[in-house]
Amino acid sequence: MYRYDDYDQQLVDERVAQFTDQTRRYFAGELTEEEFLPLRLQNGIYIQRHAPMLRLAIPYGNLRADQVRMYGHIARTYDRGYGHFTTRHNMQFNWCELEKMPEILAKLATVQLHAIQTSGNCIRNTSTDPFAGVAEDERIDPRPWCELIRQWSTFHPEFAYLPRKFKIAVNGAEEDRAVIRCHDIGLELIKNDAGETGFRIFVGGGLGRTPIIGEEIASFVPWQHLLTYCESILRVYNRFGRRDNKFKARIKIIVKSLGIDEFRRRVEADWAHFKDGPSTLTQQELDRVAACFVDPDYKTLPKTDAGYVQAQADSKPFAAWVKRNVRGHKRPGYASVVLSLKKTGVPPGDVTDAQLDLIADLADRYSFGEVRITHEQNVVLADVEQSALFALWEQARAGGLATPNIGLLTDMICCPGGDFCSLANAKSIPIAEAVQRRFDDLDYLHDIGELELNISGCMNACGHHHVGHIGILGVDKNGEEWYQITIGGRQGNLTHLGKVIGPSFAAADVPDVIETLVNTYVAHRHEGERFIDTVHRIGADPFKQAVYGDKTPAQRKVANG
Amino acid sequence: MAKLIKNQQILDDTWQVLTPEDGADAATVAVPAGQWIVPLAVWQAQPALAARGDVAPLLEGADDPADLADQLGTLSLVAVNFPRFADGRGYSIATLLRSRYGYTGELRAIGDVLRDQFNYFTRCGFDALQPPVDKYTDAQLGAALASLKDFTDPYQASATFRDPLFRRHARHAA
Ligand code: SF4
Repeated sequence: MYRYDDYDQQLVDERVAQFTDQTRRYFAGELTEEEFLPLRLQNGIYIQRHAPMLRLAIPYGNLRADQVRMYGHIARTYDRGYGHFTTRHNMQFNWCELEKMPEILAKLATVQLHAIQTSGNCIRNTSTDPFAGVAEDERIDPRPWCELIRQWSTFHPEFAYLPRKFKIAVNGAEEDRAVIRCHDIGLELIKNDAGETGFRIFVGGGLGRTPIIGEEIASFVPWQHLLTYCESILRVYNRFGRRDNKFKARIKIIVKSLGIDEFRRRVEADWAHFKDGPSTLTQQELDRVAACFVDPDYKTLPKTDAGYVQAQADSKPFAAWVKRNVRGHKRPGYASVVLSLKKTGVPPGDVTDAQLDLIADLADRYSFGEVRITHEQNVVLADVEQSALFALWEQARAGGLATPNIGLLTDMICCPGGDFCSLANAKSIPIAEAVQRRFDDLDYLHDIGELELNISGCMNACGHHHVGHIGILGVDKNGEEWYQITIGGRQGNLTHLGKVIGPSFAAADVPDVIETLVNTYVAHRHEGERFIDTVHRIGADPFKQAVYGDKTPAQRKVANG
Repeated sequence: MAKLIKNQQILDDTWQVLTPEDGADAATVAVPAGQWIVPLAVWQAQPALAARGDVAPLLEGADDPADLADQLGTLSLVAVNFPRFADGRGYSIATLLRSRYGYTGELRAIGDVLRDQFNYFTRCGFDALQPPVDKYTDAQLGAALASLKDFTDPYQASATFRDPLFRRHARHAA
């Protein structure tokens, strides 16, 4: 992991001092509500339904054990004993007092944690693959690049008052696990024919109200020019992005309205003047940062641990967990483990102070003291010896962290929704729970197989409903909460936006509808075929038919020809 | 009288901002004697103003600094307006004026210029900051000078830090 030097630490400490003074002036009446708003947002503080919410950055999803323990301490001391992992490498606390925020931020800074630019119209936390550095299909480790982007984007003086928020994601593997084409800038690490490292760059992707898949702006930008090229993209956006309408202010709107070719022309015209300037990256700086991400001290182990194989034969529950929650590793004898935060009855992504302590202990004991957070709101221990998996599983299970459901229907992505979020149209957590209860039978769940279900409480799409195999979106109809369902969305290399199946449903009907969709899949699937593949093979009609019968006008229109 | 923060000091300022009436013809708007900051359109429509030496152009967020590129060598003041502090276009305009077009005269931020943005303003190249009249007491303005130094050693290259942190200092893995 990256380790702060004195310069990094000084900047975070200076930020705490700055915000402490701003908060003081706010309470003294020297700063208006409107003036304070972007200041607190860029320090991660929202005013929500119940209290201010504090959103902390987990830079590209990486945490050390002592940082996880600090989360536990904050949860216990300033909150109600739990926190929430979001879909973008953030930790959120829902019950902290505004007056206490400077104190909390000062404590966090002692372990290099912060809330810098986790909200507001600025460059947000960079996200990437949770299996970076250990994935078998990795071409280039994205983490040094994420760290370079973190430093460049932190307190960038030119881009703190953009038209709207701005999100960057990086992928360095064959399979994109960072949803890069749904980001304002998506960076794909590649090598050119000469074997040099560079970036294929996508721009203008995003979910939200107007979901759009990012378009390629550059097929290969050599790594030295990463920051100047991104700066030119940001500069064109900052100057020409719309500021008259909040809902049309994201970069995707200007990319669409200018067209990718004109947008690219403007970026390249600007870049021509800044390329090779002082912000050009140096080999020395890359080496310095990359040195923080070298492999840990792996042991030389046999490819397969005999005790581990035996334990799976002896324990069915352990074998079920291994099947879903353990992944291959580039090193023989090692594995990556996903700790599930999707236990039925617990809001997806929620974690208690005791669980945070346990996660930290497990990381120290079994995985070189490091943890990653996935955008599916689970926790990864990336470097575990196979021989330790059984012991790890028993401890995780005792702590409620070993639900064997990764990638299955109950491992759903879910935003905080109407229970916490003041922007929500509808609740999302109770919907998640109702669906989890319906599919609580493990054998049934495993038989259904891989199925990603994503829930958002409004069209801001924090729950990524567009790219769920099944997506559920909370909508407001005359002050009542309704749920619109999409199918066929997916993330990854074949990122695809789901299609709405028809009119929305009341909360009570949602589990039935999901079950009908699942039954339709089971009736039509070929041997070994996943839900999403069946949907793409047979199309949405059989699913609509099963859910609505002849009830929808759209359906009749199709039937009539 | 309006206050101006320049070179870390609080000064009284004698420039006035000319705001033509809506629909006024830029070519015929009268620019009285004295020091005037005028809209770019007026500046462009009345080339004689450039010779006066006491008139300066004002750029709005939608204006293109390229329009001034040929004159920047002779200008001693360019102002950029921030209609709302949350409208950040002026930061890019300042960056372009300083870093791309090489402007070295006074670059002044006017409009909704607030102390919590002072640090970013100066780093983008504004060397003169003019908060709204009566926005701050003298004591508050004095205290605000400190925010110019909120960040001792920022990561980025910008107008005030020619090089990014990784070129300014030899950094070692901690
Ligand atoms: S999707 Fe809507 S309801 Fe859910 S967290 Fe985001 S803004 Fe709030």
